[in-house]
Amino acid sequence: MDGEVTLPAPGQVAILGAVQTRYEAGKPHQTYNELVHEVVDQLLTETGVALKEIQSIVSASQDFFDGRTISGMAINEVAGGYLNSESKVAGDGIQALIYGAARILAGAYDLTLVVAHCKESEGQFHQITSTMFDPYVERPLGLDEHIAAALQARRFLGVSGAAEADLAAVSRKNHRHAMKNPLARRSGDFSIEEILASAEIVSPLRDLLAGPITDGACAILLGSPERARASRRPVSWIAGMGSSTDAYWTGRDLAASAALAQAAERAFAAAGIRKPLDDLRVVELSARYAHEELLYLDALGLGNGAAAKARLATGDFDLGGKLPVNPSGGALTGNPTCVAGLARVAEIHLQLTAAAGQHQVKDARTGLAHGASGICGQSQTVVVLRGDAPQRT
Amino acid sequence: MPHKVGIVATGQTKHTAKRTDINLRELITEAVTRALDDAGLRMSDIDAVMLGNMEPFEGFMLPELWSVEGWGGLGKPAMKFNTGGTVGTSTAIAAYYFVASGIYDTILAVGFEKQSEGHTQTAITTVGDPLWERTMMAGAIGNFAVMASTYVHESGVTEEHAAKIAVKSRRNACNNEYAHLQMPNLTVEEVLASPYLAYPVRRLDFCPQSDGACAMVLATESKAKKLAPQPAWIKAVATAHEQQYMGDSPRRLADMRSQRAASQRVYKACGISDPVRDLDVAEIYEVATYAELAMYENLGFCAPGQSGKLIDQGVTTMSGQLPVNPSGGVLATNCIGATAMIRVAEAALQIMGKAGKRQVPGANLALATGYGGNAWTDALILGRE
Amino acid sequence: MSEKTKNPAAGKKAEGLRVPWLLSVEYEYAAGHFATRFFQELRDNGRIWGVRCPGCQRVYIPPRPVCGICAGKTGEWVEVGDEGVIVGCTVVNVPFIDPMTGEQRPIPYGFAIIRLDGASTALYHFLEETDPKKLGVGKRVKAVFRPERKGTLLDIKHFRLLD
Repeated sequence: MDGEVTLPAPGQVAILGAVQTRYEAGKPHQTYNELVHEVVDQLLTETGVALKEIQSIVSASQDFFDGRTISGMAINEVAGGYLNSESKVAGDGIQALIYGAARILAGAYDLTLVVAHCKESEGQFHQITSTMFDPYVERPLGLDEHIAAALQARRFLGVSGAAEADLAAVSRKNHRHAMKNPLARRSGDFSIEEILASAEIVSPLRDLLAGPITDGACAILLGSPERARASRRPVSWIAGMGSSTDAYWTGRDLAASAALAQAAERAFAAAGIRKPLDDLRVVELSARYAHEELLYLDALGLGNGAAAKARLATGDFDLGGKLPVNPSGGALTGNPTCVAGLARVAEIHLQLTAAAGQHQVKDARTGLAHGASGICGQSQTVVVLRGDAPQRT
Repeated sequence: MPHKVGIVATGQTKHTAKRTDINLRELITEAVTRALDDAGLRMSDIDAVMLGNMEPFEGFMLPELWSVEGWGGLGKPAMKFNTGGTVGTSTAIAAYYFVASGIYDTILAVGFEKQSEGHTQTAITTVGDPLWERTMMAGAIGNFAVMASTYVHESGVTEEHAAKIAVKSRRNACNNEYAHLQMPNLTVEEVLASPYLAYPVRRLDFCPQSDGACAMVLATESKAKKLAPQPAWIKAVATAHEQQYMGDSPRRLADMRSQRAASQRVYKACGISDPVRDLDVAEIYEVATYAELAMYENLGFCAPGQSGKLIDQGVTTMSGQLPVNPSGGVLATNCIGATAMIRVAEAALQIMGKAGKRQVPGANLALATGYGGNAWTDALILGRE
Repeated sequence: MSEKTKNPAAGKKAEGLRVPWLLSVEYEYAAGHFATRFFQELRDNGRIWGVRCPGCQRVYIPPRPVCGICAGKTGEWVEVGDEGVIVGCTVVNVPFIDPMTGEQRPIPYGFAIIRLDGASTALYHFLEETDPKKLGVGKRVKAVFRPERKGTLLDIKHFRLLD
């Protein structure tokens, strides 16, 4: 019974629209509530749905980053929550999306608004992320998310044989991709040397190997097949979803991600994907740190036998390559906590509906969006999306 | 059509002010083990886990991930909710939707909190908007007292009515082996002699701070029938939220718009027109005596202004027509992340006929509610069929 | 069982050790478009403004982008009075840490929810009066402004009873 879960067949839950804010170092003129208003308002305008029609909302946010207990409570009016069914996931927004899909599959709602928001600039990253750590033996050591990621990076480099230059190559690719994404927080044509000379955060992590402090929000509108058929804009479909949870970071091999492999296996089974490297056309990974992208690609089997770093070197993961990874620039170029995974879904939706503009992947019909949360990605989620065209045949 | 969903097992810790003998992970394990034992299941039978906790209360971000072995989560899909007082019902409702959708067959739902490990009033005060509310609120108590003053003014309920609720709760709790505040000899006079925390709310009008956890197993129809002789079927669920700021609904207790909306929705779905007649038992989320009185009105148990009369007549006591909170309710036990789930679990025990000394004979239809944040309401109806 | 595999806690009295930890995080919240305008008026001119919903005509304080009841955008700014009525009130006797300052707030203090004249919703604020017998729902109050204002809600020192 373990793992034998019935996941939705294609075509049962559609993404009707997806909107993100610009990602910025700080948004001093907006509260997080106003960020959510901005994305929801634009999403409803684009999809032609009125706020009054929204009866089901799932948000994702993190009280410690927001500096507010039950922070999701404050978005109720702008998200259409008054007297309606609003819930809040304390985790990545991609989990809120899965819950939203469950509400539609259960037949309870024909629309569900999914929102993720975070203003990392308003609190203190070290203090806030230190609260994730074991209070008995770890907090006295002054750990935070960067330090754990650095330990993981060091372990990954040692086990995989990748060099720091390989991490820099990930960063170079993503920051170049981000130049074509008008919403990106950080972009540029950085050389490997520049990246390896950027300021050291915690060895081996450097400024350009880690996602910067970022503010932003993302909203996605899910709909039933009936709603999708009535949509005046192209939609995408959730073809498979899978999640899994790993051991706490000190209880596992940080150079691998068993949970991601399990999550992907479940999502691929539901979506009927047997050869991910052939079947997928675009991938968006929640990798705030450069080493995570290689580690996750290996866990997903997208190295196709070779280590992901080899494929990276041949340009396979570039925009225009065999399987573009993070054509948006990804979380390494700046997406806040909680928002990153939902933003991946939004980006895949844009790709599958040919709305990604300059960073559009040609003929994108099937894509993978990934989200993670916890120290060194302890909780992992994969969502496979398909474009509208196959459903209409 | 949603799949039919049943609650087949529950597990609770013995809730107390401070569980110094165990840590948070071990507290979770206690409740989870009891729920699995109750169903005769192992973790390998569980498809996914839904968790509820208010992490600011422990000062611990994502404590469920640190505690993963405590709830058997390795390799499992899992998700954590954080909606204030409603978190336990939000978690149960999410578990319901995941089973009803056909995504998972068997789900473990867990709510937990060790309030003793953090600073409760600070965590509650930061519920307030930093620009508009936070400086004035004194945690839940000050905020609640302001609401209660309006209700007292409008409804004419007296301090004696409130004291009767306090006594009912702590005496009912004596029949519940898991309850925190058990006071078999509590009298109305003692309640009225307890000091004002914030006028008109006295110490014994308010809920305690507890450490505790609650777990439930939910399963799809075919599995539920195999796992329990009498599952507690989830017949309807509803959530309703308020506007953004605390002062938007100035008659918050006297007219809880979200509670009226959520309860009316589940009543309608179950064909309930007179809840006192149609329901057999209710487990409601009342943080204070005055809240329970106001909720009688908002849940349609009585007409506006008649809640005092309802408790005077004993309608909601164990021997009354509609016993409310046989478990002792939140006034006897409040371990935030678990509290609303305890309402659902206690309602389920009543339906399954497993409520022991607090059993309402022949309970056929039960209401469970969650209430929190700026007037966020969840409501569930459980039944034998 | 060898010496090394014995339970080291065997025979020891249960102690329940506790590990202390102090978390101190400083936040700097953006006030946002609506609150900034409100607080500028309060600071510079000692005046209180809300926003009106063009649908239901409710005047909202705090001002906000969306009227939840109508699920529609709010519209024009409207000045409201500095007097109002107590909708709910209390005198707080429990000590608590004010998270805005990290200090314990002196008790007892009066605390109310007040509907200003011309507003549809109510605002939390302090009361000058701390005797619960003198307070009451329905009593009228007036804002007492600080002479030096900084652009926060505490530019109103408190509300005093009018009659």
